[in-house]
Amino acid sequence: MLVNQIAVFLENRKGRVGDFARVLATNKIDLVSMSIADTKEFGILRAITSDNNLAVKSLREAGFTVTSSDLIGIEVEDRAGGLSSVLLLLDDGGVDIEYLYSYAKTETNRAIIILKVANNEVALEVIRKNNIKLLQNSII
Amino acid sequence: MSQDCKDNLEYLSREEMSNIQGERLSKVVEKVYNNVEIYRKKMDEAGVKPCDIHTIKDITKLPFTVKHDLRESYPFNFFSASKSDIVRVHASSGTTGKLTVVGYTKSDIEMWADMVARCMVMTGCDNNSVVQDSFGYGLFTGGLGMHYGSEKLGAMTVPTSSGNTLRQLQLMCDFEADTICCTPSYAIFLAESMKKEGYTDRSAFSLKRGIMGAEPWSEEMRHDIEKRLQIKAFDIYGLSEIMGPGVACECEMQEGLHFNEDHFYPEIIDPETLEQVPFGENGELVITTLTKEGIPIIRYRTRDITSFKTEKCKCGRTLIRMNRIFGRSDDMLIIRGVNVFPSQIESVLLNMGDSVTPHYQIVVDRIGALDTFEIQVEMSDKLVGDNLSDIISLQKAIDHDMTANLGISAKITLVNPNVISRSEGKAKRIIDMRNIKK
Repeated sequence: MLVNQIAVFLENRKGRVGDFARVLATNKIDLVSMSIADTKEFGILRAITSDNNLAVKSLREAGFTVTSSDLIGIEVEDRAGGLSSVLLLLDDGGVDIEYLYSYAKTETNRAIIILKVANNEVALEVIRKNNIKLLQNSII
Repeated sequence: MSQDCKDNLEYLSREEMSNIQGERLSKVVEKVYNNVEIYRKKMDEAGVKPCDIHTIKDITKLPFTVKHDLRESYPFNFFSASKSDIVRVHASSGTTGKLTVVGYTKSDIEMWADMVARCMVMTGCDNNSVVQDSFGYGLFTGGLGMHYGSEKLGAMTVPTSSGNTLRQLQLMCDFEADTICCTPSYAIFLAESMKKEGYTDRSAFSLKRGIMGAEPWSEEMRHDIEKRLQIKAFDIYGLSEIMGPGVACECEMQEGLHFNEDHFYPEIIDPETLEQVPFGENGELVITTLTKEGIPIIRYRTRDITSFKTEKCKCGRTLIRMNRIFGRSDDMLIIRGVNVFPSQIESVLLNMGDSVTPHYQIVVDRIGALDTFEIQVEMSDKLVGDNLSDIISLQKAIDHDMTANLGISAKITLVNPNVISRSEGKAKRIIDMRNIKK
């Protein structure tokens, strides 16, 4: 019921994102989503791929530090206030969000929101109660 | 002490000096044998008794002392005098986070002040001098060591300690200091600050000389300091295990450091064979304190690599001259005047738990005035979550523990596993780009 995401530690060095992408390409892994959080000295690249297990394995072999974790994915209507209404419900339910990112699926007029929360159980309970659409593991 | 405090002991013939050294050695050996268990044990193991020591040549019969011995005796087990006779302690950083502690009796402090005063006279100071002491005051021997010597000489002593550069410059200007005591890197930093603060007119300062030490520096750096500050920069040598600054110092000829060998007997050994080599050859400096009471040290292996000049100095002093220290026989680094051992860094990392590996690389450079110090640490796969804050906390935790253990802060850079190159199974741990040569 959760969305698996990989997180890759990147030193702040020229060409590191390119190195990452090359490993995925070589192994024929498709990127579903990707975002980078960065500080002055390093960044963390977060990605969902067509095959996270293979991605973790091949990235490690290439010398990257990789972890994977389970996040919550929800689908909302792609309209003004779509995110806000869901966040309000989560907030009321006492869900603490560490980070989130989203992308729109234009063909369906829906938006996908990937959430990292402090406690998945609490969040799932709120989502169920309020009939928010939860993504299944495959989000492509 | 009179204004002309050139000491007769600085002008002895070789034979006279050897006789004094021999007498003092036999006394100090008897003292440590009777008072310090570790020395008694070591000498018994080596099969040598105090009565076997008659002349200075007999010194080779005695066992060496290494930093490890002092560390193991933390805090006071190496002291020869009783605690009630100790009036001061100093300490320097060791390899495991524990300090190396040294103690001084009242007469040790007197002797130390005499030796520093002697050194200052070598550089041209007298009781009319105004001496700004910008070595750090505290457990480090630099600040207080120079301070007592300067007072002994009768100079006006300004205990600014290190730091607060603007005030340093202000006081140097207003008090008309002619002598500054500091590390060479701080001297360059001061020169740069002068320029930055708009002190363009050199005549605002009365500075004539700098007495500098506590970190390795090259002849090129001396020229640089002399040019920037328009002073003469003199090299002073010392280490807390032996006393602190004042073990040896350059005279106005600036051709080697006169070794105060009436109190500190120097030997040069081959660090591999541990055999004495002739004074003219390069090797590891070994020092025996001949007169200290608090913590006399027999044949201390300094790990500093140098050699001695055998010919007489043009200044007339007969005290033997040591060449500039140009290396170490162990992997100790001196960064911003602080001793750093790679093994300290390793033990901090090993105490960090699973999140990092003990694979690291130290990068030291000297940019402008100050040493830069970076420690690159390989992370383990177990650590990295997907949160920046976790990694930042880890970085901060390493930073904190390093500073606490090393006594100096380093830039901590986290790197991916296996990034640090390993050759023949042994990682290259240290990249020192400061290029300090003879």
